[in-house]
Amino acid sequence: MSRKLSSEVTLEGVGKRYGDLWAVREVSLTIRPGEFFTLLGPSGCGKTTLLRLIAGFALPDAGGILLDGEPIDHVPPWKRDVGLVFQHYALWPHLSVYENVAFGLRERKVPRAQIAQKVAAVLSQVGLEGFERRRPSQLSGGQQQRVALARTLAVQPRLLLLDEPLSNLDAQLRAQMRIELARLQRDLAITTLYVTHDQAEALALSNRVAVMLEGAVVQQGTPEEVYWRPRNRFVAEFVGAANLFPVQVVELRETGVLVETGSGTRLPVPADPGRWRPGTRALLCLRPEALRLEEAAIGRGTGFLATVAGRVFEGDRHVYEVRLGEGAHLRVELPALGEGRIFRLGDRVRVELTAETAVLLPET
Amino acid sequence: MLGLLALLVAGILAPLLQVLWAAVSDVDGFTLRHLGSFFRRPLFLESLVNTLASGLLAVLFGSLIGVPLAFLTVRYAFRAKTVLQTLGVLPLVIPPFVGAVAFQQILGRGGTVNLILHQTFGTTLPMMEGLTGVVLVQTLHYFPLIMLNTAAALAGLDPSLEEAARNLGSSGFRLFRRILLPLALPGYAAGALITFIRVIDDLGTPLMLNYTKLLAPQAYLRVTTVGLTDVDGYVICVILVILSIAALWGSKAALGLAEYATLQRTAEAEPRPLKGAAALGVWLISAALLGPALLPHAGILLLSLSKVWSLSLLPTVYTLGNYAEILFRSRSFIWNTLRYALLAAVIDVALGAAIAWLLLRGTVRGRGWLDAIATMPLAIPGVVLAVGYLRVFHGWDFPGLGQPLTATWLILVLAYAMRRLPYTVRGAYAALQQLPVALEEAAQNLGANRLRTFFRVTAPLMARGLLAGGLIAFITSAVELSTTILLVPRIELGPLSYGIYIYMQSAVGRGPGAALGVVAIVLVGCGTWLAHRLAARGAGSIFRL
Repeated sequence: MSRKLSSEVTLEGVGKRYGDLWAVREVSLTIRPGEFFTLLGPSGCGKTTLLRLIAGFALPDAGGILLDGEPIDHVPPWKRDVGLVFQHYALWPHLSVYENVAFGLRERKVPRAQIAQKVAAVLSQVGLEGFERRRPSQLSGGQQQRVALARTLAVQPRLLLLDEPLSNLDAQLRAQMRIELARLQRDLAITTLYVTHDQAEALALSNRVAVMLEGAVVQQGTPEEVYWRPRNRFVAEFVGAANLFPVQVVELRETGVLVETGSGTRLPVPADPGRWRPGTRALLCLRPEALRLEEAAIGRGTGFLATVAGRVFEGDRHVYEVRLGEGAHLRVELPALGEGRIFRLGDRVRVELTAETAVLLPET
Repeated sequence: MLGLLALLVAGILAPLLQVLWAAVSDVDGFTLRHLGSFFRRPLFLESLVNTLASGLLAVLFGSLIGVPLAFLTVRYAFRAKTVLQTLGVLPLVIPPFVGAVAFQQILGRGGTVNLILHQTFGTTLPMMEGLTGVVLVQTLHYFPLIMLNTAAALAGLDPSLEEAARNLGSSGFRLFRRILLPLALPGYAAGALITFIRVIDDLGTPLMLNYTKLLAPQAYLRVTTVGLTDVDGYVICVILVILSIAALWGSKAALGLAEYATLQRTAEAEPRPLKGAAALGVWLISAALLGPALLPHAGILLLSLSKVWSLSLLPTVYTLGNYAEILFRSRSFIWNTLRYALLAAVIDVALGAAIAWLLLRGTVRGRGWLDAIATMPLAIPGVVLAVGYLRVFHGWDFPGLGQPLTATWLILVLAYAMRRLPYTVRGAYAALQQLPVALEEAAQNLGANRLRTFFRVTAPLMARGLLAGGLIAFITSAVELSTTILLVPRIELGPLSYGIYIYMQSAVGRGPGAALGVVAIVLVGCGTWLAHRLAARGAGSIFRL
């Protein structure tokens, strides 16, 4: 399918207020042509509102939205050419699959023969050939999802907006659709804005992610940046699992800082020394899969001494809960396939960490 | 929006205010003198008391029949229950004034039952005399409204509410009194309310039974005999409106409870199966309660087929001549009915859809007013609206018609359309409310503007609800008498209900009148059945408030 050039979206200080509450506040970001960009956040963080602002179903109370450099705030929804796939699909129950998909083309006054061609093409793209005459009620959830996607792709919008498109599917289907969605987006090279509360989805699909909380963007960057360099406690805990425990900065070094835990263990941590001063209290963030366990008797060096308090086997890995001396708990994930031994409840262990993966976060 | 509002103001608000103003003003301006003198006239006072009594008694007796039937049909499963449910709707299918004639024939002074009583016991029962007759006919006509609304409320209850009470040790009558009754109250109150309002508004029944000591017939008599200048007619109208509003206000507290009763429903309650003696018992009770209400259907059918039926148990000479009379010689009645009612229904569907859309999706100011005025006809007695129309549209040539609006049949269409507007507004409102906004947003997102979205997505999806509402508007307009009788400009422009009224004035006309009655029953019956099919909900849902 031939496409016009992918579009670029720019949000400049966009805000949306409902009564006294700002559902979206001062959001500025640029989505580059062909990029897969994800808005990630808990429910109620304003991510769907942001999507609706771009689609034109709500008007911003502050700032502006630009599509390829042109302000679109006063363009009605039906003239924006911005395709939105709704969370609950919003397929019209009185129309067949064919008529649903052809809807936008008819609105664009595409000749009848061409409509038939395009509908057939886009339905085959989503793997739904032969379903033309079904009604939406005769389709499974996954099929409805594909029709919704096909309906939007059929008009070749300048921008694809996806509102939690996989949230109504069961786990297995969700994983499959995730792969298909990624392939489709790559093939079409269409600028895509994806909204989800599922961090795994966001990390798997996106070129870049913006994490939102209470209407504002807290951090944006590549999935790797957001995961390994969270800016604050919220991002660290929302994106992936995180072990957080309080530390105190004791010394500034050239490429990092030296912190001390409550029990007196000192650790070098990579951080910008300019942002910290000695005596500051902070949070140390350790990803569970970046930790290793050794038998207490063998291990030596930088680790903490701990006791195994729980273990869950999750197929591809063992998830341990270990208790540190000062009462804090750590989550440690070890690959199930590997040379390492399996520990039992009550075993004394030493938790080893690679300093590069530790992140120092402000206390609040 | 403005045009719509103007139409509603002209068709509903202005006539009402005109009536009100006429009642509280004289040449010098505002006065309460007329209202005061109303309460010094014994005839009017008696009519007021009688009207209140007829309304309350009809509700009381209607409840005694309707509530037990509602309970039996909702809580128990037994053989041929649907038959019972269908029979329960049938009384509504016969227009009350037609029913009045049939009851007269069966229960009246020289009717079948009294003839039997006279032959066997040498005595008669004055069942159809005076107020007794009016209340009897109205009770047996309107109790399904109470039954259907109560049944709906009961069926809509979350079964876990009852299970929780049982779990905590409540059972039997205590359970009924403390849990079920309070929870079903909103539905019951809705049924009782419409029954009351319709009863005090009913002009046809008292006129047919020749009993005029009620407010509606009094207003009618003042306007038709004394004329439009008579202030007493307006005063009576105002009193009627006050009664309606008082009833609305009185039941509001109970209606307000409707919200929690159906909150968080998990599953449909399983009716308890009944077999053998218990099922038979239920059938006997139901038959005793329902039986009398189905008498008029048989009576009117027999009457329509009879050449002579006077002072005999059953007709003595049968004929099809009555049908020939109404189908060939005086066919204007049926033709007019179809024409007026259809036109009114089409107007209502269009207005209903537009108003519902504005209320739920629009952003224009003044929507509250639109809603208030469009719902108003529910509480305005037909007599009052008709009197208002006569006052507003009489005596001046309507632009483009060359004669007053009241001299043409258009006035009837306007009256029907305005009176039945609440049905389509509500139908459309309910249909639109169930429609996720996302369906419309999806259309806009794909390039359809508001108008295209409405015609390609919104309207088709609302079609069933709209059509069901339109059908109800059609059938109720087709058998409307309260406004018709006051507004028919000439007899050849009269619809079926007017024809029945005219025929029934003479002894020889009773046969053709009854035949028209049968046509009315068939029309309403088919329309009701179709509306149910369209609404695709439980029996009687379209008669609920």
